[in-house]
Amino acid sequence: MAVAAETTTKWSRRRRLTFGRVWRAAVPYLLVLPVIALMTAILGYPIYSLGRLSLEHYTLFELIRHHGQYIGLHNFGLVLHDQVFWHTLFRTIVFTVANVGLTIVLGTLVALLLIRVSTWVQIILTSCLVLVWAMPQVVAVQVWYWMTNFQNGVVNYILTELHIGNFFQHDWYATTFSQLALVTALIVWAGIPFIAISVYAALTQVPSDLVEAAEIDGARAWRVFFDVTLPIIKPVLLIVTSLSILWDFGVFTQPYLLIGQAHIHPGNYLMGIYLFEEGYLKADYGRGAAISILMLVIVAAMSVVYVRRMIKIGAEG
Amino acid sequence: MSARALRKAGWNTVGVALALVMVFPVYWMVSTAFKPDDQINSLTPTWFSSSPTIRHFHDAIHTPFFWTDVKNSLIIVLVTVAIAMTAAFLAAVALAKYRFGGRGIIILLIIGIQMLPGAGLIIPLFVVLARYHQVDKLSGVILTYLTFALPFCVWTLRGFILGIPKELEEAAMVDGSTRLGAFVRILLPLVAPGLVATSVFAFITSWNEYIFARIILSDQGKQTLTLWLSYFLGGSRHQDWGALMAGSTLTAIPVVVFFLLIQRRIMFGLTAGAVKG
Repeated sequence: MAVAAETTTKWSRRRRLTFGRVWRAAVPYLLVLPVIALMTAILGYPIYSLGRLSLEHYTLFELIRHHGQYIGLHNFGLVLHDQVFWHTLFRTIVFTVANVGLTIVLGTLVALLLIRVSTWVQIILTSCLVLVWAMPQVVAVQVWYWMTNFQNGVVNYILTELHIGNFFQHDWYATTFSQLALVTALIVWAGIPFIAISVYAALTQVPSDLVEAAEIDGARAWRVFFDVTLPIIKPVLLIVTSLSILWDFGVFTQPYLLIGQAHIHPGNYLMGIYLFEEGYLKADYGRGAAISILMLVIVAAMSVVYVRRMIKIGAEG
Repeated sequence: MSARALRKAGWNTVGVALALVMVFPVYWMVSTAFKPDDQINSLTPTWFSSSPTIRHFHDAIHTPFFWTDVKNSLIIVLVTVAIAMTAAFLAAVALAKYRFGGRGIIILLIIGIQMLPGAGLIIPLFVVLARYHQVDKLSGVILTYLTFALPFCVWTLRGFILGIPKELEEAAMVDGSTRLGAFVRILLPLVAPGLVATSVFAFITSWNEYIFARIILSDQGKQTLTLWLSYFLGGSRHQDWGALMAGSTLTAIPVVVFFLLIQRRIMFGLTAGAVKG
């Protein structure tokens, strides 16, 4: 009787302990479960579908039947043999390099300016930057479209008044180059605040006595920048550059809305627009999926470079 | 000393000029929205209007579907933020406070997903949503918005939770609280500002989103405010710039106000997450 009771307590204690241990080990998994479940359903499943779709003939007809027709790698063959794809890829790379280069260089210059001005100028400039940063993309596009319209856009007026040239009723939307230049101006304008404020935050970490010591030693301003300042802000620059590359390579909203759907044609496609027009608007979802996969592979390749460099920097630091 | 002061004055001048150039488009939007039509359509721009009008705002809010689209935007954004924050907060606690197998992979996935370009996912999302009859439905848009809101919220909240000194929580537990008690009484109040900032930021990104809404919602009565604004000029030849700028101002106002309130905190959350990773 007593023995039996003892065993029961022992048993239950052990069970309680085991249960408690299991429970404690399970807590983090239970906590992440909702996110994992949601992400699997809304992202995992579509990514799986992306792979399947790219191997299928899938148009509006198949969309209604909910059933594609397996055609192997035919979609990839179509895309890779399409001159438009290669031209678009090249154009997008040039566009990305120009946009990222300008945003990073100008953003860093603004940050360097921010540490040199008096506090009241700092407050004014930062407020203006944050205001620009806060502008929704679609709103910014409409404002730029209004400022650059050929009839009485204020940009044409200002450029003419500054004697930069005669821009009276100059049509910025006439050639592919000036269309994309305008989109670049918009993206750089909108992108500068994030870069400038991030780099400024990093610059405040640069010990000023280090800079002063270098200056006393007679180092020139650009030497001080490259030898003292740059190494300290390098990690931040790497992060914002990588993010800018990813954003600008996959950009859609600004070029699509600023150039305007009516003026979009294969001759001024960027990658995101190419995908949207060929895959979604033409309802050729199979081929669109193949384009998406190629685009994601390129982006992933760029991210790998970024991740590896980050790891390397981590090891050095 | 004098040379130094001179240099400072020079930098200040450049700084103020730059501020003016950067903020000009925003100023031009707001000022156009308040200008009478003859000043807007004149070939010579009016820099400061002495006869402001609110007629364009009246026109903008009386265009078809404005209020419907405001309502749609609010529903989509609020539901997205509510779901994302609840699920993300739990996951963020797990990632910040527990060591468990698979933690590294989850963190890697969360960073990786945020690098995916949205445009690359429109085709499969559209096809999958069509299969489950979610096209032209607000619920379909909410689901797609969760794909970017969730990872962002998890990552940022994790940063905020990591920013709380562990000693505080331990002190509470020594005082006899349970882990849950310590969590509710110590962690939650400290992390509340972070929760607010993250929600607001998720609100802003969802409110501004364009491409997913564009592919999922084609029914005019089901669109969001960004779509309403993007279609504003439509195909009409006579372009009503005043109303367009009034509509733009109205679309931007909630975002700008919220953004100004939380900008600093979000920067902190992101850096805290990055530094203590």
